[in-house]
Amino acid sequence: MKSVLGDLSLTFSEEQAMLLDVARGFVRDKAPMDAVREQLESDSGFDSAVWQEMVSLGWTGIALPESHGGSGLGLGAVVPVVEALGHGFLGTPLVNTTLAGQLLWRAGGEESEALIEAIAAGEVATVAYLDGGDWGAENHAVTLTDSGLLKGKKRFVGDAKVASLYVVVCNRGGDPALAVVRQQDLSSAAFSEHTLVDLTKRAATIDFTDVRPHWLSVGGAVADAVRDYRLLGALLCAAEATGSAARSLETIVDYLKTRKQFGKLIGSYQALKHPAVDIYCGVENARSFVYHGASLIDDGSLSTDAEVACRMAKAEAGELMAYAGDRAVQFHGGIGFTWDCDSTLFIRRGQWSRQAFGDAIHHRKQLARLLLD
Amino acid sequence: MSESKQALANFQAEVHAWMKENVPADPGFLLPLSFLEVGTEQQLDFLREWQHKVWSAGYLGMHWPTEYGGQGADPAYQAIVDRELSRFNAPILFNTIGLNWVGPLLLDIGTYAEKAKYIKPLLSGEEIWCQGFSEPDHGSDLGSVQTRAVRDGDDYVVNGSKIWTTLGNFADHMILLARTTPNTERKYDGLSFFLAPMRIPGVEAVPIRKVTGEYGFNQIFFTDARIPADTMMMEEGQGWRVAMKTLEYERGVSAGQASGHWMVSIQIDDAISELREFERDGAPLFDDPSVRDQTVQLVMDAKAMALSRKRQSIPALTSDYPMGLPLSSKYRGTEYARRMKLFAAAMQGAHSGLYVGDEQAHRGGFWQRAYFSNFGATIGGGTTEVQANIIAEHVLGLPK
Repeated sequence: MKSVLGDLSLTFSEEQAMLLDVARGFVRDKAPMDAVREQLESDSGFDSAVWQEMVSLGWTGIALPESHGGSGLGLGAVVPVVEALGHGFLGTPLVNTTLAGQLLWRAGGEESEALIEAIAAGEVATVAYLDGGDWGAENHAVTLTDSGLLKGKKRFVGDAKVASLYVVVCNRGGDPALAVVRQQDLSSAAFSEHTLVDLTKRAATIDFTDVRPHWLSVGGAVADAVRDYRLLGALLCAAEATGSAARSLETIVDYLKTRKQFGKLIGSYQALKHPAVDIYCGVENARSFVYHGASLIDDGSLSTDAEVACRMAKAEAGELMAYAGDRAVQFHGGIGFTWDCDSTLFIRRGQWSRQAFGDAIHHRKQLARLLLD
Repeated sequence: MSESKQALANFQAEVHAWMKENVPADPGFLLPLSFLEVGTEQQLDFLREWQHKVWSAGYLGMHWPTEYGGQGADPAYQAIVDRELSRFNAPILFNTIGLNWVGPLLLDIGTYAEKAKYIKPLLSGEEIWCQGFSEPDHGSDLGSVQTRAVRDGDDYVVNGSKIWTTLGNFADHMILLARTTPNTERKYDGLSFFLAPMRIPGVEAVPIRKVTGEYGFNQIFFTDARIPADTMMMEEGQGWRVAMKTLEYERGVSAGQASGHWMVSIQIDDAISELREFERDGAPLFDDPSVRDQTVQLVMDAKAMALSRKRQSIPALTSDYPMGLPLSSKYRGTEYARRMKLFAAAMQGAHSGLYVGDEQAHRGGFWQRAYFSNFGATIGGGTTEVQANIIAEHVLGLPK
């Protein structure tokens, strides 16, 4: 009998190890917490000089094919970079740009060549996916009308203001389709910016009504590509949350080791110690799921094993980060309740990571279908 | 395929065929889930015969030297046997303390005479071993051992008590940690380690009944028991070092155990496949959204552990907390097992209320018993709470 545990692959290539190392060093040098904090209330949420360095390191092309200006290392090689960014709470358009590139590459193949080359070279792109607040819905209510114009709004479009390419998940005659829109096609009135719980991120609702897309993909590959986009998004979100949870744990542990109350270091109290251990175990679990997922994804349509891995990674890491952020505030006491304490970033990241690309209840429901039926 | 790979594949086929032929059918009475639970003579006789059979076939202690009853083979062969034992859900190899702790200890630091005397009979199942470390007042705090051993001629005279002594009522020998010198500056320096005989005057074993209703543990009372001085391992006052070495084998930190098959493997797959026969609210159990959600959470916990074991061998992915995964494996594993067994026991509707002995109990009350029994794992060898402290202090560096 086949075990419900299924595939247990977990590999880590030299390229992945190198990228993890380089990305951790980069975040440490270029984006210490002070620098991250300076961007919390800026327009874009990141320092464009830092972003340009990331582009010049080739990070926007890691998962894109060499024939199109990328490094051809696959999305599994982006995972360690995103984990490192999550650890540093460095908000940049890397994840959204990477996912837009994946969606185009997977749906459009060769026809999307020029777009993919632009993304690999550092053009900021993003996917306009959500119609409303439901990650589990079909989300192609935006319609490409017979006159060749789009009709409808997309919500929660990440990095909407800095992106110059939008990959819009829509429908043509009821069939799923992808439309690419450029920022210059949109008036400023088309954007209404959201106030997000995570201060390192930016998003807007965009009204695409009456915009004529530059490029369109329809056909069988689109539905699969959109499904894979959601799963890959879940995996990258899990990688980011795992890095963030590890950082939260380090900060909590540092505080427990130095803060004295009632004449004792508070880290000696089991009421604080044991939840810290549970966060630690959660980080280990999440890392195992995330790199398991990274081991199973390739450029082809995702297998069922890969789907299971991505969903498990997201379910584990999202809940973990929410818990780590919650405890970070509580365990820092009065200071933890203040804006200036890093626990503010942690709890806000937790609330963001929990929902992005579907929360744990959503993924476990899908996992039950995959594992039990 | 390389020759050794081919040889291992052939060997596996051979073992597989042997198991098919020789793994005993359900004896019609309850068998222990682990070596901690051997409670009746009936179980003992059955398990002793089974161990003898496995050893006679050459499948136990395969990597131990032939002169002491092993096969002198590569450890990979024993691993194959263990996997097949587990696959066939074979009865456990119950003399675990002998097979997995004493045997490797003697092979490591024992004298020739000790090896020649003790190893073969523990492999064959002829002589049973127990461990006398814990005491009533000192749980797992071994440095505080109070049982006294006083030199008198060629003997030591032992007085005191040991507790939680698995197999103590059946054992022929005990690895005994006793205090030979009181009031030493460091409490560890007064301890000595004996390969003590159990079937002598002055040694009494009192079985302890457990939550499950079964036996397996004992309290052992020593009253002027005379044990030969030459049963001491190493020198007087070196008992702590020998005990710590023993714990390396007990905790699996060092390899060399005769067989890993000391507990019945109970997996989430078993729970899921068995629970399919149950209904809830007039529909199949696994139609229930809450049950589905809880099941997936358990599957994820099991999978996370399996994946983490794999990740443990990738240094670049474990460098943040190098000892973290091994040091937390008992904490995660035993608590997960408790929750999983509890879930399987609790999802049976009114059948959840039946216990071993009831004809209508699902699988003879297997899951209820397994759940209760699992506390042996979350308490024994350092409780979950102590494990959490160990992780907090040794992995995260939090203060004591």
